[in-house]
Amino acid sequence: MAKTLKYALVVLGALIMLFPFAWAVITSLTPAGAVLQTPPDFTPDNATLDGYTRLLETMPFWRIMFNSLWIAVASTVFQLVTSAMAAYAFARLPFPGRGALFAVYLATLMVPLQVLVVPLFIEMRTFNLTDTYFAILAPTIASAFGVFLLRQAVRQVPKEFDEAAVLDGAGHFRIFTLVVLPLIRPALATFAIFGFMASWNSYLWPLVIIRSPEFMTLPLGLANLHGQFTTEWNVVMAGSVVSVVPILILYLFAQKHVIASVAQSGLK
Amino acid sequence: MTLTETPVEQVAKQPVRPPRKRLRYALTVAVFLLPSAVPLLLFTLIPMAGSLWTSLHEWNLITPMRWVGLDNYADLLTSEETHAAFGHTLYFIAGYLPLVYAGGLGLAMLLNRAMKGRDLFRAIYFLPVVTSWVVVALLWKWLLNPASGIVNWAIGLAGLEGPGWWTDPDWAMPSIILASAWKDLGFVMIILLAGLQAIPNEYIEAARVDGANAWQRFRRITLPLLSPSTFFVVVISLINGFQVFDQVHVMTGGGPAGATQVVVEQVYNLTFKYGRAGEASALSWLLFAVVLVVTIFQVRGQRRWVNYG
Repeated sequence: MAKTLKYALVVLGALIMLFPFAWAVITSLTPAGAVLQTPPDFTPDNATLDGYTRLLETMPFWRIMFNSLWIAVASTVFQLVTSAMAAYAFARLPFPGRGALFAVYLATLMVPLQVLVVPLFIEMRTFNLTDTYFAILAPTIASAFGVFLLRQAVRQVPKEFDEAAVLDGAGHFRIFTLVVLPLIRPALATFAIFGFMASWNSYLWPLVIIRSPEFMTLPLGLANLHGQFTTEWNVVMAGSVVSVVPILILYLFAQKHVIASVAQSGLK
Repeated sequence: MTLTETPVEQVAKQPVRPPRKRLRYALTVAVFLLPSAVPLLLFTLIPMAGSLWTSLHEWNLITPMRWVGLDNYADLLTSEETHAAFGHTLYFIAGYLPLVYAGGLGLAMLLNRAMKGRDLFRAIYFLPVVTSWVVVALLWKWLLNPASGIVNWAIGLAGLEGPGWWTDPDWAMPSIILASAWKDLGFVMIILLAGLQAIPNEYIEAARVDGANAWQRFRRITLPLLSPSTFFVVVISLINGFQVFDQVHVMTGGGPAGATQVVVEQVYNLTFKYGRAGEASALSWLLFAVVLVVTIFQVRGQRRWVNYG
């Protein structure tokens, strides 16, 4: 009895989590005229792809999707490279003032984006860089958090491995690429997942810096779409559905790893 | 460490190298560090300084800045707008945190024991976490549409009249809280589930043998042993809660009638709507200070209730 009740609750919870997505799909297939009726007049017979065609007519949707995708990939790759290199320096290359410099890196971690948005906008405007791809990417090239996370991982690599490589005549670049990087792959994967998700979902910074549709990313494009078509919910839901698909595919593949990473590091 | 010891340690850390080798080493260090140091300097440190500098000025983003010293901070501290913005933010946190914690804990407890399809359910609960805030806000804005939303239709079936949700000043914040809790339930569940699974089953069994009922086992054993995870959830949720923006901006834009004007929304509007960049910068630093103080208090206060076993 208790077990059945528990199972029923688990299923109910799952329905609550899935229903909004399902409702978005249904709404996106409903004819424009029927969307605002209550209850919405939706049957499999009158299902239509009009919402999706309207979506593609009214905004450069594929371009925006492509922007989101390559920007997320680029920012992830940049962050992985720059953070891993800095992590190696902080863990393996002693130099005067290293501790102080690391403290500066950590200090930047504490300052939220909200504090930086206004001056960043002004900085970009000064150099005539507003409304460019560069402007979206710039603040995500380096990540103090990534340096911190990966430094922990590099420090866990036994020093004997480096020393063996040194005996073989390897320099720091070879130790870094051939010894350290392969050994910190789990940390790199965790960080890559967070980097991709953060970029894919980011809204505030693109909202501030981008005006032209051709440079928009998905969250911004969708919010704009909603601003234009306040009552055409079938179009807005079509956009939402299509924008969820890539991250959903990624999630299905990396699901176990994503969840394990969150459980370990407590990030999202 | 005494003064005489310092050089010895430095020498130990840094073997003496011939000048050419030293130069090469310095270059190596630079090559490893510059790719992150330069962007952090340009896009974090300089903006940080710029933000502090701006906060001491009156500036509409167009005409030259005018020095006002700490006036922006003084004005903000006494302005009703600021009090309202912090009030709305606290209202959000007060609704969101208990809801997401209770829900996340419930789900975590349900999934803690082996059951059929557990991984599937866990993945489903986690789905909203990977969805962007903008999409979540749009989904819920549609579900909670006062006239044609499915939620009010369902309420209508029960013979009641649904509220105006995000169009009604009294219901706008609850709408945002609901959407936010729905999105983050899975995140809290995963953290608490990891905490639950670290609790040895023997403790619970021992309590059961001693005659503790389910509630007592939960209250006296599970909850105290879960406190490190709870602490973590509370700290992170408070930080995120104070910085709430995306869902507010999409669902209500701070309205109706300013009912959901949270602090970051206020920063955004002050800058880009009203051209009061100085005040906006000062407000963002005030927010940062509040978050910092709250977090430090929690870390200090954790000894009282967090049990690291």
